[in-house]
Amino acid sequence: MDNLMLDGGFADPVMQAQQGFRALMDALANPGTIQQLALGLTPPAPLTPELAAVLLTLCDHDTGVWLEPDLATEAVTGWLRFHIGSPLNVARDQAQFAVLRDSNTLQLNGFSLGTDIYPDRSTTVIVAVPALSGGDALVLKGPGIEHSVEISPLGLPGDFLEQWAENRAQFPRGVDLLLVADGAVIGLPRTTRISGKDA
Amino acid sequence: MSLIPSYNFAYLDEQTKRMIRRSILKAIAIPGYQVPFASREMPMPYGWGTGGVQVTAAIIGPSDVLKVIDQGADDTTNAVSIRAFFAKVANVATTTHTADATIIQTRHRIPERPLQAGQVLVYQVPIPEPLRFLEPRETETRKMHALEEYGLMHVKLYEDIAKHGQIATTYAYPVKVEGRYVMDPSPTPKFDNPKMHMSPALQLFGAGREMRIYAVPPFTEVVSLDFEDHPFEIQHFTQPCALCAATGVYLDEVILDDHGGHMFVCSDTDNCEERRAQGHRGHLSGEELEAAE
Repeated sequence: MDNLMLDGGFADPVMQAQQGFRALMDALANPGTIQQLALGLTPPAPLTPELAAVLLTLCDHDTGVWLEPDLATEAVTGWLRFHIGSPLNVARDQAQFAVLRDSNTLQLNGFSLGTDIYPDRSTTVIVAVPALSGGDALVLKGPGIEHSVEISPLGLPGDFLEQWAENRAQFPRGVDLLLVADGAVIGLPRTTRISGKDA
Repeated sequence: MSLIPSYNFAYLDEQTKRMIRRSILKAIAIPGYQVPFASREMPMPYGWGTGGVQVTAAIIGPSDVLKVIDQGADDTTNAVSIRAFFAKVANVATTTHTADATIIQTRHRIPERPLQAGQVLVYQVPIPEPLRFLEPRETETRKMHALEEYGLMHVKLYEDIAKHGQIATTYAYPVKVEGRYVMDPSPTPKFDNPKMHMSPALQLFGAGREMRIYAVPPFTEVVSLDFEDHPFEIQHFTQPCALCAATGVYLDEVILDDHGGHMFVCSDTDNCEERRAQGHRGHLSGEELEAAE
Protein backbone atom coordinates (compact mmCIF):
# COMPACT_ATOMS: atom_id res chain seq x y z
CA MET A 1 0.00 0.00 0.00
CA ASP A 2 1.35 3.38 -0.94
CA ASN A 3 0.18 6.93 -1.40
CA LEU A 4 -0.94 6.22 -4.97
CA MET A 5 -3.93 4.52 -3.45
CA LEU A 6 -4.82 7.39 -1.15
CA ASP A 7 -4.01 10.34 -3.43
CA GLY A 8 -5.82 11.54 -6.50
CA GLY A 9 -9.32 11.97 -5.11
CA PHE A 10 -11.33 15.15 -4.62
CA ALA A 11 -9.30 18.01 -3.17
CA ASP A 12 -12.56 19.62 -2.00
CA PRO A 13 -15.09 16.76 -1.78
CA VAL A 14 -18.21 18.80 -1.01
CA MET A 15 -17.85 21.44 -3.71
CA GLN A 16 -16.37 19.15 -6.35
CA ALA A 17 -19.09 16.54 -5.88
CA GLN A 18 -21.65 19.32 -6.32
CA GLN A 19 -19.92 20.50 -9.52
CA GLY A 20 -19.71 16.96 -10.80
CA PHE A 21 -23.35 16.30 -10.04
CA ARG A 22 -24.55 19.46 -11.78
CA ALA A 23 -22.57 18.44 -14.87
CA LEU A 24 -24.21 14.99 -14.82
CA MET A 25 -27.67 16.46 -14.12
CA ASP A 26 -27.32 18.96 -16.97
CA ALA A 27 -25.97 16.22 -19.23
CA LEU A 28 -28.96 13.92 -18.65
CA ALA A 29 -31.51 16.78 -18.67
CA ASN A 30 -30.07 18.09 -21.95
CA PRO A 31 -28.98 15.00 -23.88
CA GLY A 32 -26.29 15.64 -26.46
CA THR A 33 -24.82 18.69 -24.77
CA ILE A 34 -21.20 18.43 -23.69
CA GLN A 35 -20.83 19.25 -19.98
CA GLN A 36 -17.47 19.94 -18.35
CA LEU A 37 -16.38 17.25 -15.90
CA ALA A 38 -12.73 18.16 -15.25
CA LEU A 39 -12.35 17.80 -11.50
CA GLY A 40 -8.58 17.31 -11.26
CA LEU A 41 -8.68 13.65 -10.26
CA THR A 42 -5.64 11.44 -10.82
CA PRO A 43 -6.81 7.84 -10.49
CA PRO A 44 -4.49 4.93 -11.28
CA ALA A 45 -4.53 3.79 -14.93
CA PRO A 46 -6.47 2.34 -16.67
CA LEU A 47 -9.24 4.21 -14.82
CA THR A 48 -9.66 7.60 -16.50
CA PRO A 49 -10.16 10.87 -14.58
CA GLU A 50 -13.66 11.28 -16.07
CA LEU A 51 -14.79 7.79 -15.05
CA ALA A 52 -13.40 8.46 -11.59
CA ALA A 53 -15.24 11.80 -11.44
CA VAL A 54 -18.61 10.12 -12.06
CA LEU A 55 -17.90 7.40 -9.50
CA LEU A 56 -16.70 9.75 -6.77
CA THR A 57 -19.68 12.03 -7.38
CA LEU A 58 -22.41 9.39 -7.23
CA CYS A 59 -21.16 6.19 -5.58
CA ASP A 60 -20.72 5.03 -2.00
CA HIS A 61 -21.27 1.88 0.02
CA ASP A 62 -24.93 1.81 -1.07
CA THR A 63 -24.14 1.32 -4.76
CA GLY A 64 -22.93 -1.83 -6.44
CA VAL A 65 -20.36 -1.01 -9.14
CA TRP A 66 -19.44 -3.39 -11.95
CA LEU A 67 -16.04 -2.84 -13.53
CA GLU A 68 -15.14 -4.11 -16.98
CA PRO A 69 -12.66 -6.97 -16.31
CA ASP A 70 -9.70 -5.11 -17.87
CA LEU A 71 -10.39 -2.16 -15.57
CA ALA A 72 -10.49 -4.22 -12.39
CA THR A 73 -6.77 -4.14 -11.70
CA GLU A 74 -5.50 -4.30 -8.17
CA ALA A 75 -4.53 -0.61 -8.28
CA VAL A 76 -7.94 0.51 -9.52
CA THR A 77 -10.02 -1.62 -7.16
CA GLY A 78 -7.86 -0.59 -4.22
CA TRP A 79 -8.18 3.08 -5.15
CA LEU A 80 -11.96 2.82 -5.54
CA ARG A 81 -12.38 0.90 -2.29
CA PHE A 82 -10.62 3.73 -0.49
CA HIS A 83 -12.37 6.61 -2.24
CA ILE A 84 -15.95 5.38 -2.70
CA GLY A 85 -16.16 2.16 -0.67
CA SER A 86 -18.63 0.59 -3.08
CA PRO A 87 -19.01 -3.18 -3.45
CA LEU A 88 -17.04 -3.92 -6.64
CA ASN A 89 -17.72 -7.62 -7.00
CA VAL A 90 -21.37 -7.34 -8.04
CA ALA A 91 -22.74 -9.21 -11.05
CA ARG A 92 -23.24 -7.28 -14.27
CA ASP A 93 -27.05 -7.51 -14.05
CA GLN A 94 -27.10 -6.42 -10.39
CA ALA A 95 -24.92 -3.34 -10.68
CA GLN A 96 -26.28 0.16 -10.16
CA PHE A 97 -23.30 1.54 -12.04
CA ALA A 98 -21.20 -0.13 -14.72
CA VAL A 99 -17.85 1.25 -15.81
CA LEU A 100 -16.29 0.49 -19.18
CA ARG A 101 -13.07 1.61 -20.79
CA ASP A 102 -13.24 -0.33 -24.05
CA SER A 103 -16.14 1.40 -25.79
CA ASN A 104 -15.71 -0.59 -29.04
CA THR A 105 -16.97 -3.74 -27.39
CA LEU A 106 -19.82 -2.03 -25.53
CA GLN A 107 -22.76 -4.39 -25.07
CA LEU A 108 -25.81 -2.76 -23.51
CA ASN A 109 -27.63 -6.03 -22.90
CA GLY A 110 -26.90 -7.94 -19.75
CA PHE A 111 -27.21 -4.93 -17.46
CA SER A 112 -30.16 -4.38 -15.17
CA LEU A 113 -33.10 -2.74 -16.92
CA GLY A 114 -35.14 -2.28 -13.75
CA THR A 115 -38.65 -3.67 -13.52
CA ASP A 116 -41.93 -2.35 -14.93
CA ILE A 117 -42.93 -1.36 -11.41
CA TYR A 118 -39.52 0.04 -10.43
CA PRO A 119 -37.79 1.07 -13.68
CA ASP A 120 -35.36 3.18 -11.61
CA ARG A 121 -33.64 -0.01 -10.44
CA SER A 122 -31.54 -0.10 -13.57
CA THR A 123 -27.85 0.17 -14.34
CA THR A 124 -26.28 3.50 -15.27
CA VAL A 125 -23.56 2.65 -17.78
CA ILE A 126 -20.50 4.92 -17.80
CA VAL A 127 -18.29 4.52 -20.86
CA ALA A 128 -14.95 6.16 -21.60
CA VAL A 129 -14.75 6.87 -25.33
CA PRO A 130 -11.60 8.08 -27.16
CA ALA A 131 -13.25 11.47 -27.85
CA LEU A 132 -16.68 13.11 -27.71
CA SER A 133 -16.35 14.44 -31.26
CA GLY A 134 -14.80 13.39 -34.54
CA GLY A 135 -16.85 10.25 -35.06
CA ASP A 136 -19.91 9.55 -37.20
CA ALA A 137 -22.74 11.99 -36.61
CA LEU A 138 -25.69 10.79 -34.54
CA VAL A 139 -28.98 12.70 -34.42
CA LEU A 140 -30.72 12.82 -31.03
CA LYS A 141 -34.37 13.58 -30.32
CA GLY A 142 -36.54 13.28 -27.24
CA PRO A 143 -37.10 14.89 -23.83
CA GLY A 144 -34.54 17.56 -23.03
CA ILE A 145 -34.00 18.37 -26.71
CA GLU A 146 -36.00 21.18 -28.30
CA HIS A 147 -35.83 19.92 -31.90
CA SER A 148 -32.83 17.71 -32.49
CA VAL A 149 -29.15 17.78 -31.66
CA GLU A 150 -26.11 16.14 -33.22
CA ILE A 151 -23.26 14.40 -31.48
CA SER A 152 -20.30 12.56 -32.96
CA PRO A 153 -18.51 10.53 -30.29
CA LEU A 154 -15.64 8.30 -31.38
CA GLY A 155 -15.27 4.65 -30.56
CA LEU A 156 -18.84 3.37 -30.31
CA PRO A 157 -19.46 -0.17 -31.62
CA GLY A 158 -20.80 -0.62 -35.15
CA ASP A 159 -24.17 -1.89 -33.96
CA PHE A 160 -24.66 0.88 -31.40
CA LEU A 161 -27.80 2.25 -33.07
CA GLU A 162 -29.46 -1.19 -33.05
CA GLN A 163 -28.44 -1.75 -29.44
CA TRP A 164 -29.81 1.64 -28.42
CA ALA A 165 -33.07 1.13 -30.32
CA GLU A 166 -33.53 -2.11 -28.41
CA ASN A 167 -32.86 -0.30 -25.13
CA ARG A 168 -35.25 2.51 -26.11
CA ALA A 169 -37.98 0.01 -26.94
CA GLN A 170 -38.01 -1.29 -23.36
CA PHE A 171 -39.07 2.07 -21.94
CA PRO A 172 -39.70 2.78 -19.10
CA ARG A 173 -37.16 0.05 -18.37
CA GLY A 174 -33.68 0.52 -19.78
CA VAL A 175 -30.15 1.66 -19.04
CA ASP A 176 -28.94 5.24 -19.08
CA LEU A 177 -25.60 5.97 -20.72
CA LEU A 178 -22.89 8.46 -19.84
CA LEU A 179 -20.13 8.95 -22.44
CA VAL A 180 -17.00 10.53 -20.99
CA ALA A 181 -13.76 11.81 -22.52
CA ASP A 182 -11.47 14.86 -22.44
CA GLY A 183 -12.77 16.19 -19.12
CA ALA A 184 -16.38 16.23 -20.31
CA VAL A 185 -19.53 14.13 -20.41
CA ILE A 186 -22.49 13.51 -22.73
CA GLY A 187 -25.64 12.02 -21.18
CA LEU A 188 -27.94 9.67 -23.06
CA PRO A 189 -30.98 8.88 -20.89
CA ARG A 190 -33.16 5.94 -21.95
CA THR A 191 -35.73 8.37 -23.41
CA THR A 192 -33.41 9.65 -26.16
CA ARG A 193 -34.09 8.50 -29.71
CA ILE A 194 -30.89 8.16 -31.74
CA SER A 195 -30.60 7.83 -35.49
CA GLY A 196 -27.81 8.04 -38.03
CA LYS A 197 -27.28 11.28 -39.90
CA ASP A 198 -28.91 10.02 -43.10
CA ALA A 199 -31.80 8.21 -41.46
CA MET B 1 -12.69 26.41 17.86
CA SER B 2 -15.85 27.84 16.47
CA LEU B 3 -18.67 28.71 18.84
CA ILE B 4 -21.23 28.65 16.06
CA PRO B 5 -22.50 25.14 15.31
CA SER B 6 -21.45 24.39 11.78
CA TYR B 7 -23.27 22.35 9.19
CA ASN B 8 -22.07 20.72 6.05
CA PHE B 9 -22.58 22.93 3.00
CA ALA B 10 -26.35 23.04 2.27
CA TYR B 11 -27.16 21.27 5.55
CA LEU B 12 -27.33 17.66 4.29
CA ASP B 13 -24.42 15.27 4.75
CA GLU B 14 -22.63 14.08 1.62
CA GLN B 15 -24.00 10.53 1.65
CA THR B 16 -27.57 11.87 1.78
CA LYS B 17 -26.81 14.23 -1.08
CA ARG B 18 -25.42 11.37 -3.19
CA MET B 19 -28.55 9.32 -2.50
CA ILE B 20 -30.84 12.21 -3.50
CA ARG B 21 -28.65 13.01 -6.53
CA ARG B 22 -28.90 9.43 -7.78
CA SER B 23 -32.69 9.63 -7.46
CA ILE B 24 -32.79 12.94 -9.33
CA LEU B 25 -30.81 11.46 -12.24
CA LYS B 26 -33.22 8.50 -12.47
CA ALA B 27 -36.18 10.87 -12.28
CA ILE B 28 -34.80 12.87 -15.20
CA ALA B 29 -34.25 9.68 -17.22
CA ILE B 30 -37.86 8.50 -16.63
CA PRO B 31 -39.97 11.69 -16.92
CA GLY B 32 -43.04 11.68 -14.66
CA TYR B 33 -42.09 8.47 -12.84
CA GLN B 34 -41.92 8.72 -9.03
CA VAL B 35 -38.50 7.61 -7.81
CA PRO B 36 -38.45 6.49 -4.15
CA PHE B 37 -35.78 8.16 -2.02
CA ALA B 38 -34.75 7.93 1.62
CA SER B 39 -36.20 11.27 2.72
CA ARG B 40 -34.53 12.71 5.81
CA GLU B 41 -35.82 14.58 8.80
CA MET B 42 -35.32 18.27 8.13
CA PRO B 43 -35.27 21.11 10.64
CA MET B 44 -38.84 22.03 9.65
CA PRO B 45 -42.11 20.13 9.78
CA TYR B 46 -43.57 17.99 7.02
CA GLY B 47 -45.84 20.14 4.91
CA TRP B 48 -43.30 22.94 5.10
CA GLY B 49 -41.56 21.83 1.95
CA THR B 50 -39.11 19.22 3.21
CA GLY B 51 -39.09 17.43 -0.16
CA GLY B 52 -38.34 20.58 -2.11
CA VAL B 53 -35.74 21.63 0.46
CA GLN B 54 -33.90 18.30 0.15
CA VAL B 55 -33.89 18.51 -3.66
CA THR B 56 -32.63 22.10 -3.53
CA ALA B 57 -29.97 21.16 -0.95
CA ALA B 58 -28.74 18.33 -3.20
CA ILE B 59 -28.36 20.47 -6.32
CA ILE B 60 -27.38 23.91 -5.00
CA GLY B 61 -23.84 25.25 -5.34
CA PRO B 62 -22.09 28.42 -4.19
CA SER B 63 -22.66 30.19 -7.51
CA ASP B 64 -26.41 29.60 -7.56
CA VAL B 65 -28.97 32.34 -6.99
CA LEU B 66 -32.04 31.09 -5.14
CA LYS B 67 -35.61 32.35 -5.31
CA VAL B 68 -38.35 30.81 -3.17
CA ILE B 69 -42.06 31.41 -3.68
CA ASP B 70 -45.13 30.35 -1.76
CA GLN B 71 -48.39 30.60 -3.73
CA GLY B 72 -46.55 32.99 -6.06
CA ALA B 73 -45.37 35.29 -3.27
CA ASP B 74 -41.76 35.90 -2.23
CA ASP B 75 -42.72 37.45 1.08
CA THR B 76 -44.83 34.85 2.86
CA THR B 77 -43.60 32.84 5.85
CA ASN B 78 -42.71 29.63 4.05
CA ALA B 79 -40.81 31.41 1.29
CA VAL B 80 -38.96 33.76 3.65
CA SER B 81 -37.88 30.98 6.03
CA ILE B 82 -36.66 28.62 3.29
CA ARG B 83 -34.76 31.46 1.61
CA ALA B 84 -33.18 32.35 4.96
CA PHE B 85 -32.37 28.68 5.59
CA PHE B 86 -30.29 28.37 2.41
CA ALA B 87 -28.72 31.80 2.86
CA LYS B 88 -27.50 30.49 6.23
CA VAL B 89 -26.51 26.87 5.52
CA ALA B 90 -25.23 27.32 1.96
CA ASN B 91 -24.33 31.00 2.00
CA VAL B 92 -25.90 31.44 -1.45
CA ALA B 93 -27.21 34.62 -3.00
CA THR B 94 -30.99 34.95 -2.94
CA THR B 95 -33.30 37.02 -5.06
CA THR B 96 -36.98 37.70 -5.59
CA HIS B 97 -36.53 38.33 -9.32
CA THR B 98 -37.48 35.36 -11.46
CA ALA B 99 -35.08 36.38 -14.23
CA ASP B 100 -32.05 36.48 -11.88
CA ALA B 101 -32.61 33.10 -10.21
CA THR B 102 -30.84 29.88 -11.21
CA ILE B 103 -32.91 27.75 -8.81
CA ILE B 104 -36.52 28.59 -7.97
CA GLN B 105 -38.12 26.57 -5.22
CA THR B 106 -41.88 26.85 -5.40
CA ARG B 107 -44.92 25.96 -3.41
CA HIS B 108 -47.88 25.71 -5.78
CA ARG B 109 -47.18 28.27 -8.51
CA ILE B 110 -45.07 28.64 -11.63
CA PRO B 111 -43.78 32.20 -12.14
CA GLU B 112 -45.58 34.26 -14.78
CA ARG B 113 -42.33 35.27 -16.47
CA PRO B 114 -41.38 32.45 -18.86
CA LEU B 115 -38.49 30.39 -17.47
CA GLN B 116 -35.19 30.15 -19.33
CA ALA B 117 -32.89 27.29 -20.25
CA GLY B 118 -30.52 26.61 -17.37
CA GLN B 119 -33.03 27.51 -14.67
CA VAL B 120 -34.26 24.76 -12.33
CA LEU B 121 -37.76 24.86 -10.85
CA VAL B 122 -38.05 22.80 -7.64
CA TYR B 123 -41.61 21.99 -6.56
CA GLN B 124 -42.69 21.18 -3.02
CA VAL B 125 -45.12 18.29 -3.34
CA PRO B 126 -47.54 17.08 -0.64
CA ILE B 127 -49.07 14.02 -2.38
CA PRO B 128 -47.00 12.88 -5.37
CA GLU B 129 -49.31 10.04 -6.41
CA PRO B 130 -52.07 11.33 -8.72
CA LEU B 131 -53.99 8.07 -8.29
CA ARG B 132 -53.83 8.08 -4.46
CA PHE B 133 -57.37 9.32 -3.81
CA LEU B 134 -58.70 6.79 -6.31
CA GLU B 135 -56.66 3.84 -5.02
CA PRO B 136 -55.08 4.05 -1.56
CA ARG B 137 -52.73 1.07 -1.90
CA GLU B 138 -49.22 1.91 -3.10
CA THR B 139 -48.76 -1.66 -4.41
CA GLU B 140 -51.78 -1.13 -6.67
CA THR B 141 -50.94 2.38 -7.88
CA ARG B 142 -47.41 1.15 -8.74
CA LYS B 143 -48.98 -1.60 -10.87
CA MET B 144 -51.38 0.85 -12.48
CA HIS B 145 -48.44 3.04 -13.54
CA ALA B 146 -46.52 -0.02 -14.75
CA LEU B 147 -49.48 -1.17 -16.86
CA GLU B 148 -50.29 2.39 -17.97
CA GLU B 149 -53.75 1.75 -16.54
CA TYR B 150 -55.15 5.25 -16.19
CA GLY B 151 -58.82 4.58 -16.93
CA LEU B 152 -59.76 5.39 -13.35
CA MET B 153 -58.39 8.91 -13.68
CA HIS B 154 -60.56 9.52 -16.73
CA VAL B 155 -63.56 8.16 -14.82
CA LYS B 156 -62.86 10.71 -12.09
CA LEU B 157 -62.74 13.55 -14.63
CA TYR B 158 -65.90 12.16 -16.28
CA GLU B 159 -67.70 12.12 -12.92
CA ASP B 160 -66.83 15.82 -12.61
CA ILE B 161 -68.59 16.43 -15.90
CA ALA B 162 -71.58 14.29 -14.92
CA LYS B 163 -71.98 16.17 -11.63
CA HIS B 164 -70.96 19.69 -12.55
CA GLY B 165 -71.27 19.87 -16.32
CA GLN B 166 -67.54 20.55 -16.58
CA ILE B 167 -64.23 19.25 -15.27
CA ALA B 168 -64.29 20.77 -11.79
CA THR B 169 -60.68 19.93 -10.89
CA THR B 170 -58.97 23.32 -10.61
CA TYR B 171 -55.64 22.48 -9.00
CA ALA B 172 -53.37 19.40 -8.96
CA TYR B 173 -54.88 18.80 -12.39
CA PRO B 174 -53.40 15.52 -13.70
CA VAL B 175 -51.01 15.62 -16.65
CA LYS B 176 -49.48 12.99 -18.90
CA VAL B 177 -45.73 13.33 -19.37
CA GLU B 178 -44.16 12.41 -22.71
CA GLY B 179 -47.16 10.22 -23.51
CA ARG B 180 -46.40 7.73 -20.73
CA TYR B 181 -46.75 8.56 -17.03
CA VAL B 182 -49.71 10.35 -15.49
CA MET B 183 -48.24 12.83 -13.01
CA ASP B 184 -49.48 15.15 -10.29
CA PRO B 185 -48.13 18.63 -11.08
CA SER B 186 -48.39 19.35 -7.29
CA PRO B 187 -51.26 21.59 -6.17
CA THR B 188 -50.55 24.34 -8.68
CA PRO B 189 -53.66 25.91 -10.20
CA LYS B 190 -54.46 24.32 -13.55
CA PHE B 191 -53.75 27.82 -14.92
CA ASP B 192 -50.05 26.87 -14.69
CA ASN B 193 -50.29 23.48 -16.43
CA PRO B 194 -49.61 24.84 -19.94
CA LYS B 195 -46.37 26.44 -18.66
CA MET B 196 -44.98 22.98 -17.89
CA HIS B 197 -45.30 21.85 -21.50
CA MET B 198 -42.01 22.16 -23.44
CA SER B 199 -40.56 24.46 -20.78
CA PRO B 200 -36.87 25.28 -21.38
CA ALA B 201 -36.27 24.89 -17.61
CA LEU B 202 -35.68 21.65 -15.74
CA GLN B 203 -38.54 20.85 -13.34
CA LEU B 204 -37.83 18.74 -10.24
CA PHE B 205 -40.47 17.61 -7.74
CA GLY B 206 -39.72 16.61 -4.14
CA ALA B 207 -42.21 15.02 -1.73
CA GLY B 208 -40.51 14.70 1.67
CA ARG B 209 -43.13 12.89 3.76
CA GLU B 210 -44.08 10.61 0.86
CA MET B 211 -40.41 10.02 -0.04
CA ARG B 212 -40.68 10.52 -3.79
CA ILE B 213 -38.75 12.55 -6.35
CA TYR B 214 -39.89 13.04 -9.93
CA ALA B 215 -38.91 15.27 -12.80
CA VAL B 216 -39.84 16.81 -16.10
CA PRO B 217 -36.74 17.49 -18.22
CA PRO B 218 -36.62 20.61 -20.40
CA PHE B 219 -38.56 20.46 -23.67
CA THR B 220 -40.78 17.60 -22.59
CA GLU B 221 -44.41 17.07 -23.53
CA VAL B 222 -46.77 17.71 -20.62
CA VAL B 223 -50.42 17.31 -21.61
CA SER B 224 -53.35 17.91 -19.28
CA LEU B 225 -55.86 15.06 -19.37
CA ASP B 226 -59.20 15.90 -20.99
CA PHE B 227 -61.92 14.69 -23.37
CA GLU B 228 -62.53 15.58 -27.00
CA ASP B 229 -65.88 17.18 -26.15
CA HIS B 230 -64.59 18.70 -22.89
CA PRO B 231 -61.13 20.01 -23.75
CA PHE B 232 -58.79 21.22 -21.01
CA GLU B 233 -59.26 24.89 -20.18
CA ILE B 234 -57.41 27.18 -17.81
CA GLN B 235 -59.10 29.66 -15.48
CA HIS B 236 -60.05 33.03 -16.96
CA PHE B 237 -60.42 36.22 -15.00
CA THR B 238 -62.95 38.89 -15.90
CA GLN B 239 -60.89 41.77 -14.53
CA PRO B 240 -57.22 42.72 -14.50
CA CYS B 241 -54.95 42.89 -11.43
CA ALA B 242 -56.17 45.76 -9.21
CA LEU B 243 -52.59 46.89 -8.56
CA CYS B 244 -50.75 46.51 -11.87
CA ALA B 245 -53.60 46.01 -14.38
CA ALA B 246 -52.03 42.79 -15.70
CA THR B 247 -54.28 40.50 -17.69
CA GLY B 248 -53.63 36.87 -18.53
CA VAL B 249 -52.02 36.20 -15.14
CA TYR B 250 -53.26 34.22 -12.15
CA LEU B 251 -55.08 36.42 -9.63
CA ASP B 252 -55.77 36.01 -5.91
CA GLU B 253 -58.98 37.38 -4.39
CA VAL B 254 -58.33 39.63 -1.40
CA ILE B 255 -61.20 40.52 0.92
CA LEU B 256 -61.16 44.25 1.76
CA ASP B 257 -63.97 44.68 4.31
CA ASP B 258 -66.94 42.85 5.77
CA HIS B 259 -69.41 44.33 3.28
CA GLY B 260 -68.41 42.11 0.37
CA GLY B 261 -65.65 44.40 -0.84
CA HIS B 262 -62.82 42.55 -2.57
CA MET B 263 -60.05 42.99 -5.07
CA PHE B 264 -58.15 40.69 -7.41
CA VAL B 265 -54.36 40.98 -7.37
CA CYS B 266 -51.48 39.13 -9.01
CA SER B 267 -50.52 35.92 -7.24
CA ASP B 268 -46.97 36.36 -8.57
CA THR B 269 -45.70 39.25 -6.42
CA ASP B 270 -42.44 39.67 -8.35
CA ASN B 271 -44.28 40.00 -11.63
CA CYS B 272 -46.69 42.54 -10.09
CA GLU B 273 -43.87 44.61 -8.57
CA GLU B 274 -41.94 44.66 -11.82
CA ARG B 275 -44.98 45.83 -13.74
CA ARG B 276 -45.66 48.60 -11.24
CA ALA B 277 -42.02 49.67 -11.43
CA GLN B 278 -42.52 49.93 -15.17
CA GLY B 279 -45.41 52.33 -14.54
CA HIS B 280 -48.41 50.01 -14.92
CA ARG B 281 -51.22 51.01 -12.56
CA GLY B 282 -54.39 49.16 -11.60
CA HIS B 283 -57.56 50.82 -10.34
CA LEU B 284 -56.68 50.19 -6.67
CA SER B 285 -52.97 50.98 -6.76
CA GLY B 286 -51.86 53.27 -3.98
CA GLU B 287 -51.28 56.43 -5.98
CA GLU B 288 -54.89 56.67 -7.10
CA LEU B 289 -56.16 56.14 -3.57
CA GLU B 290 -53.86 58.87 -2.28
CA ALA B 291 -54.99 61.22 -5.03
CA ALA B 292 -58.63 60.58 -4.15
CA GLU B 293 -58.13 61.37 -0.47
